[in-house]
Amino acid sequence: MNAPLALSAAPVAASELDLARIRADFPILRQRVHGKPLVYLDNAASVQKPKVVIDAIGECYGGYYANIHRGVHLLSERSTSAYEGAREKVRAFLNAASVQEIIFTRNTTESINLVASSFGGQRIGAGDEIVITGMEHHSNIVPWQLLCERSGATLKVVPFTDAGELILEEYERLLDSGRVKLVAFVHLSNALGTINPVKTLIELAHARGIPVLVDGAQSVPHLAVDVRELDCEFYAFSSHKIYGPSGVGVLYGKKALLEAMPPYQGGGDMIQMVTFEKTEYADLPNKFEAGTPNIAGVIGLGAALDWLNAIGLDAVAAHEHDLLEYATPRLNEIPGLKIMGTARDKAALAAFTMQGIHPHDIGTILDREGVAIRAGHHCAQPVMQRYGVPATARASFAVYNTRDEVDALVAALWKVKELFE
Amino acid sequence: MSDLRDLYQEVILDHNKRPRNFRVLPQPTHKADGVNPLCGDRISVFLDIDDGVIKDISFQGAGCAISSASASLMTEALKGKPVKDIEHLFEAFHNVVTTDCECPRGLGKLGVLAGVRDYPSRVKCATLAWHAVRAALEQHKEAVATE
Repeated sequence: MNAPLALSAAPVAASELDLARIRADFPILRQRVHGKPLVYLDNAASVQKPKVVIDAIGECYGGYYANIHRGVHLLSERSTSAYEGAREKVRAFLNAASVQEIIFTRNTTESINLVASSFGGQRIGAGDEIVITGMEHHSNIVPWQLLCERSGATLKVVPFTDAGELILEEYERLLDSGRVKLVAFVHLSNALGTINPVKTLIELAHARGIPVLVDGAQSVPHLAVDVRELDCEFYAFSSHKIYGPSGVGVLYGKKALLEAMPPYQGGGDMIQMVTFEKTEYADLPNKFEAGTPNIAGVIGLGAALDWLNAIGLDAVAAHEHDLLEYATPRLNEIPGLKIMGTARDKAALAAFTMQGIHPHDIGTILDREGVAIRAGHHCAQPVMQRYGVPATARASFAVYNTRDEVDALVAALWKVKELFE
Repeated sequence: MSDLRDLYQEVILDHNKRPRNFRVLPQPTHKADGVNPLCGDRISVFLDIDDGVIKDISFQGAGCAISSASASLMTEALKGKPVKDIEHLFEAFHNVVTTDCECPRGLGKLGVLAGVRDYPSRVKCATLAWHAVRAALEQHKEAVATE
């Protein structure tokens, strides 16, 4: 890459976004790596943070930080109010009926483990079945395997096509066993980009009286989610993938279910009354938030949602879709490059292999060109096994990415070819 | 591009494309698998040791150019060497890929991997085969990981 990239490019697509302004919100994007402008395309792993989020965390620690839910003093009241204010922002973002349905966790993984442990421990036993899909992240596989080991239940897996689309007939066939106690699936696959038909999947499960958990880690930053419209029982996501800080996750659960579930962890903040004979648990959502939470992190997530709402998820989705449409044919022009995951409904993500070149080598060479991508199994080893590859390279896009950056990616991939020829 | 050429030297690209001793030994005296959990790479090494000397050595598996070339070059370097020299050679090789030291003569062409020292995340790729050899000599039953 000899020519410098025009990183402050005006929107080049027919999108409504002011890309230059959006990019200006991200201090980290204004840097060079190995002497090249940073082209950050590892967004499915974690996205960068806008300045408002960084500032919100700084303002909390610098201005009004104290522990929440306990102090009579002003700082504690202000922290509590900001923390609970963020909960309301999450509620509104998901269109949940009540803030009592929004539980803060550490990440999507912990949200899923909470359900596996609490709901699963209570309602899933020997002979029961849990249905997941073949395109799950390890975080939506291993907690269920652990539950199966503890309970004697069995894990069933819905297969998918070469294009990366779930086979609905197989899904229905698995649901029809009469033993399925829970269905858990990913909304948007991090390894393939597939956007699953969640509404249909949920309806098919509900028609048989089976509750549903949706892993929304990848979906929430890219498409609008309305949990009441979806009618899922549980929806899990992480702050760090939606422009918020790491260390905060969300679990949405229907109130009646959460109320009936036992606590996940015991400790402070989750109790009503403790004696050595018996402890009464706190009401929702505190029952599931034992111990001092990531106060500033939750407040940062609230700021991230405000920032994203101001842009609008429809505009985000349109822009990212344009990037995918722009990138796909250009990637396909590279001889030997094969995109894995070609679902009709797909997010702005390209996982690919190159004939005779290991993804790890692609990642290293791209890095020297300033282009940050992921190379590996993407915590979805069964997906790699499904396609018979040890790993893939993955470029994943966020709202701040540009067509120029797609060009930089494609140019760097041609250099990979050149180097290995 | 020039700095990338320091990492991906012609010898490395050649050994990646046409790895030497890339086969299964029918009756190895020692064998082990090496796994890099970071990228999922897995290679198997096979040794035929007689009277304290490596009579034959081979490997199989899939990995990146650095791990494949390193394994291939390692088999060339170790064939015919006394077993007692392996630890010392591994140490010397580790120094080559992590520090600015010169490559000792006993390592043959392995010096071409010196470029790895500028890519800390790739050191594990370069040393995977060596870890597997060490595990084979210790007769580990299970796959050894670089982590």
